[in-house]
Amino acid sequence: MTTSEAPTSALGAGPGFVVQLDAFSGPLDLLLHLLREEQLEIADIPIARIADQFLQAIHELGLNQAADYLDMASRLVRLKAQMLLPRGSEEDGWEDPRAELVRRLLEYQQIREIAVWMGRAAERRAEQFARGYLPAPPELPPPPLALDLLELLQAVERVIAGIPSPVLHRVVARPLDVETATRRIEQLLEEREQIGWLEALGPRPTIVDVLSTLLALLELAKRGTLRLVQPAAFAPMVIARDPARPAA
Amino acid sequence: MTPLAQLLEAALFSAARPLTVEELSTLEQEATLADVRMALEQIREHYDFEQHGVELLELAGGYQILTRPVHAAAIERAHFSVRTPKLTAAALETLAVIAYRQPVGRAEIEEIRGVSAGGVLRTLQERGLIEVVGRAEALGRPLLYGTAPMFLELLGLRDLADLPRAEELTIALQPHRPSAEGEDDAAAYVEAES
Repeated sequence: MTTSEAPTSALGAGPGFVVQLDAFSGPLDLLLHLLREEQLEIADIPIARIADQFLQAIHELGLNQAADYLDMASRLVRLKAQMLLPRGSEEDGWEDPRAELVRRLLEYQQIREIAVWMGRAAERRAEQFARGYLPAPPELPPPPLALDLLELLQAVERVIAGIPSPVLHRVVARPLDVETATRRIEQLLEEREQIGWLEALGPRPTIVDVLSTLLALLELAKRGTLRLVQPAAFAPMVIARDPARPAA
Repeated sequence: MTPLAQLLEAALFSAARPLTVEELSTLEQEATLADVRMALEQIREHYDFEQHGVELLELAGGYQILTRPVHAAAIERAHFSVRTPKLTAAALETLAVIAYRQPVGRAEIEEIRGVSAGGVLRTLQERGLIEVVGRAEALGRPLLYGTAPMFLELLGLRDLADLPRAEELTIALQPHRPSAEGEDDAAAYVEAES
């Protein structure tokens, strides 16, 4: 609430009343309070006097920063000015500028009365306790399986019966030919200083050729016969003759 | 007590909230709503006549077993239970506007109370005392609020009709009127006060 941050202070030194800040729940409440203290009738508010008191009150209560109170203050000041204007006779259809404020104050007073009634009702009800609140039980995990051996075996048989006839793979031995690959690379490097990976593979390579070539390259690199260079990430590999050991 | 009354007593004891006559009637297939009401009356009389520490109350459209007020202090001292914290004046005023004007939008609440209501409305909604009941046709289709069943439970009311009626208040509750009639309202108020 807007009032809670303001410092607590007494409302003037006037007729000796002290006001707690949290006693007010809004500008209308403060206004009603001022009217009550001065024993003024809502229907015939002396606007000039009450406007000054309101301004003084919110200043002393430190409420002059609160928007709701400032809004009311500006309304009161405007009303005060309107009341100073010369008015025609009642028959001319002169409308009391205070009428709207009076209506709001009366309406607010009704609400206050209901609020007090409701507060008392809630206090009475709080004197009685119901059974403590019980949270809904958490969802239980499914109960553990209770099976005997026969049921378990039957279940296994059902599962096995459901499996389609097994798919068989024939494994054919395709021996790697690292030596041929090694010879081919050495031959290429005798002709040129560096070759590409695709050249090293030779024409129309099979998966076996690729693996053989790869193993041959690694073996030759380990021996120091050649260097494997990748100029950039994901770039094709370059196979270069090792400059320290020029090919024979 | 009859077997039906015993059954209802057991159900009311086990529930942490008020149970309606309709809900209670599902406990026993052959029981009519009238049977349930009669059995409830029997439980209530039994508690009162035998001077039990609990009583059966009609609350928020249903029935609930509650401890009697006379024991509140002792129960609280022993920390077995605590009183619901009091509502602030701002919360009570806002509830009052909503209870009498529902469905009502935030703008009207703020207009009547003269202060912004956003924070209070959120708190009341979190406590389950009010709920959004629709949207107004006005610009921006603002949310409209109404009281929730928890509101009745908090105040110990059977239904909204238990709230004081207009003529029971010092100032009669009036719907919005053109401002020109404000003076008439004021005159009526002065008479009522004197």
